[in-house]
Amino acid sequence: METLWFCLVAVMIAVYVVLDGYDLGAGIIHLFVARNDGERRAVLRSIGPLWDGNEVWLLAGGATLFFAFPAVYAAGFSGFYLPLMIVLWLLVGRGLSIEFRNHLKNAIWAPFWDAMFFLCSLLLAVFFGAALGNVVRGVPLDEHGAFFEPLWTNFRLGAETGIFDWYTIIVGLAAFCTLAVHGALWVALKTEGAVNERSRAVAKVGWWGVAGLTLIVTGLTFRVQPQVPARLAAQPWGYVFPALALAGLFSMAWFLARREECRAFLGSCAYILGMLTSAAFGLYPCVLPASTNPAWSLTVHNSKTGDYAMRVGLVWWTIGMVLVIGYFVFVNRHFAGKVRTEENGY
Amino acid sequence: MDDALTVHRLHFAFTATFHYLFPQLTMGLALLLVVLKTMALRTGEEHYNRAVRFWGKIFGISFALGVVTGIPLEFQFGTNWARFSRAAGGVIGQTLGMEGMFAFFLESTFLGLFLFGEKRLGPVGHWVATVLVFVGSWVSGFFIVATFSWMQHPVGYALDANNQIVLSSFWALVLNPWTLWAYPHVMIGAAVTGCFVMASVGAFYLLSGRQLAYGRTFVRVAVMVGLAAVLLQLLPTGDMQGRLVAHHQPVTLAAMEGLFDTQQGAPLAILGQPDVEKRRLDNPLVIPRMLSFLTYRRWSAEVKGLDSFPPQDWPSNIPLVYYCYHVMVGLGTMFIALMAVAGWLLWRGKLYGSRPVLWLLMLALPFPYIANTAGWITAEAGRQPWIIYGLMRTRDGVSAQVSAGNAWFTLIGFMGLYTVLGILFLFLVRREIEHGPEQEVQGLTAEA
Ligand code: HDD
Ligand code: HEM
Ligand code: HEM
Repeated sequence: METLWFCLVAVMIAVYVVLDGYDLGAGIIHLFVARNDGERRAVLRSIGPLWDGNEVWLLAGGATLFFAFPAVYAAGFSGFYLPLMIVLWLLVGRGLSIEFRNHLKNAIWAPFWDAMFFLCSLLLAVFFGAALGNVVRGVPLDEHGAFFEPLWTNFRLGAETGIFDWYTIIVGLAAFCTLAVHGALWVALKTEGAVNERSRAVAKVGWWGVAGLTLIVTGLTFRVQPQVPARLAAQPWGYVFPALALAGLFSMAWFLARREECRAFLGSCAYILGMLTSAAFGLYPCVLPASTNPAWSLTVHNSKTGDYAMRVGLVWWTIGMVLVIGYFVFVNRHFAGKVRTEENGY
Repeated sequence: MDDALTVHRLHFAFTATFHYLFPQLTMGLALLLVVLKTMALRTGEEHYNRAVRFWGKIFGISFALGVVTGIPLEFQFGTNWARFSRAAGGVIGQTLGMEGMFAFFLESTFLGLFLFGEKRLGPVGHWVATVLVFVGSWVSGFFIVATFSWMQHPVGYALDANNQIVLSSFWALVLNPWTLWAYPHVMIGAAVTGCFVMASVGAFYLLSGRQLAYGRTFVRVAVMVGLAAVLLQLLPTGDMQGRLVAHHQPVTLAAMEGLFDTQQGAPLAILGQPDVEKRRLDNPLVIPRMLSFLTYRRWSAEVKGLDSFPPQDWPSNIPLVYYCYHVMVGLGTMFIALMAVAGWLLWRGKLYGSRPVLWLLMLALPFPYIANTAGWITAEAGRQPWIIYGLMRTRDGVSAQVSAGNAWFTLIGFMGLYTVLGILFLFLVRREIEHGPEQEVQGLTAEA
């Protein structure tokens, strides 16, 4: 049962990254691919009605973690206190810049909101990457299953780690590149004309960054967290996850060259899903590994809630998920197709 | 340690209070939007559709602020109340998870359709989207109130071998008797806010001689719904909440009423200042025996005063509980009076011309916010010193790892950020009201 919930939480978080990832990516690239007000609005409209729903995946994933593995939620959220609060502020800033740019059609403020949208999106991508890096690397849990990390100490790995050290910064960079390309592919998919051209150009260049960083991060991860290669060696079927990521990565380049935007975007989704599920697979049964003493790691077994709760949870979770998929299909159909650059979008 | 506890409490209180300013308006307006949209559908008049679009914009702004300020709350359970989350997550994570799955997804999906999809959906489809937005926001209210009710009155749980609180009955959690009265009371409180805001804008238009047709519609709809809401706020929901408190948290009731001594035929204090040191109410103005009657339906029933309980179980801030409760009930009474007068004039067809009452309606705008906030503070501060009533002390629930300094840093950060948010909100809403529903048409068709 706890394994099932581990998978569900991992998938929900991965879905969040895939969905909100393109919003963040769009934020990262929009200053470069959209040069005038009309174009910027087209980019915003491509995510306009969707970003809020995408953000709910973060909440739902967080709440699922909360109820299935309360000890992980408690340890993780209080241990990552500062970066999480900063992430919250950035999410507020991102949401505001999207909404308010739409409401205030004002030439003075538009560039301000654009810059804020860019900055918040960029920092969020880096923070999310660094957070993943922290989880993979392990955190200094004590024997009560609690820890606290400052933002940074000396940027080295070891006992006194901060959120940012050289490893997590590299993971953060990789996340930044990945999401930028992901967003570029989304914008290419949803727009026409010059914006579309430029987005594809960004994606092409960015792809090399993604490919390079994937190599580096994978190599480093195998050194930093030996549990990951050990798990893969013990259970070779787990190679399907990295294989999915690789397939996604190459199909991205392939379809991009052939101007098949939709498939290229799906390739990027597969890449992200593959990378995140690989990480989850590599860590299992740990949810939050301890860098102090492996015995203090929080695993699915020592952090789960009662069995009864997990069983009831499964009932409402399934019903809820069916509904969510229903809405998702409905809305994406409804807003399918390209947004136009002129005033009347929908 | 105690110092960090205070900062964490301030942190939660500040962010929760600020958050609740927005959902109360969205939940209230959601109801009124359904009313207006239904009228549009039944009469087929464009007038009502314009009214819906106008309030839809304000709804959207308030919703966006509700979302951005709500996410920090959800995170704070883990960040600031880690030990509480660890112990109780298996229970309250359920309700919070269901809120996400059943309410937030529904709401955020259909809000997009409601705001941007009117043309494509057609009138009936748009009506359905409006109703679903309403359902989403009211379901969200249900699960959050269920969460809060469980903290007031824990049910359906068991303690496992490691002293973790685990769920033992799902239905007991969802059908907590506390929820069943708190939920309608909270939602009606939101409806009151929605109605007062709508009435205030309508009265503003009538008084300034602009947008007259809309002004009349807004005032009429708001007063009709509002009159029902203020009455329901008192009876049965407010009354039943009071009786639940009396039954399950008698010490909180004593603090709310400023009742220091246990007595038969206890009086109801209308005015007076509690003096906790001397254990008495200064300058009291009371209705004899009323409190006994209200709580137990017998004029001579015994009501326990604070002296019946050990001081370590007293709410930590008795004056706060007392004043907030009296502010809520006092304002509730005035709302009933105002809405009754306005409703009567409306019925006689004189409301639109009676400037004094319109002035009152226009100026009443902030008071439902104050009443709602005061009500929450009564409930939350009245629960102290418990974070889960009778089960876990607030000081045992806080994140031990997060120092006071770090919590101050983020609290000050939130204060700064939320000041900016508040200013932006007021600015945007004021702009929409300046534009009015009439101009709205061009704005939206250009976008739609
Ligand atoms: C417009 C807002 C509003 C108004 C006019 C009233 N209330 Fe209220 N009240 C609330 C908004 C509210 C609330 C914010 O919704 C609370 C806070 C927590 C809760 O469950 O509901 C609440 C709680 C609350 C409680 C529970 C306190 C606790 O749990 O410790 C009681 C006993 C009452 N109310 C009673 C009343 C009475 C007798 C009113 C007379 C008119 C009244 N309320 C008006
Ligand atoms: C229904 C959802 C809510 C839940 C689950 C909830 C939960 C909590 C928690 C966990 C705390 C901190 C622990 C404590 O001090 O007891 C708290 C404190 C507080 N909350 Fe809430 N809260 C909710 C809604 C609100 C709202 C809407 C408001 C205000 C309008 C509010 C006002 C406060 C205040 C003032 C405190 C501080 C009380 C004190 O420390 O004396 N809460 N609440
Ligand atoms: C500690 C208490 C609370 C937490 C953790 C919390 C959490 C949240 C979150 C995360 C959101 C954003 C959802 C989205 O993305 O759509 C939200 C919005 C909302 N909250 Fe709260 N909330 C709390 C208190 C309350 C209370 C007391 C109510 C009402 C009774 C309430 C009603 C709503 C509603 C209706 C929304 C939808 C957005 C809106 O209408 O503005 N919340 N809340």
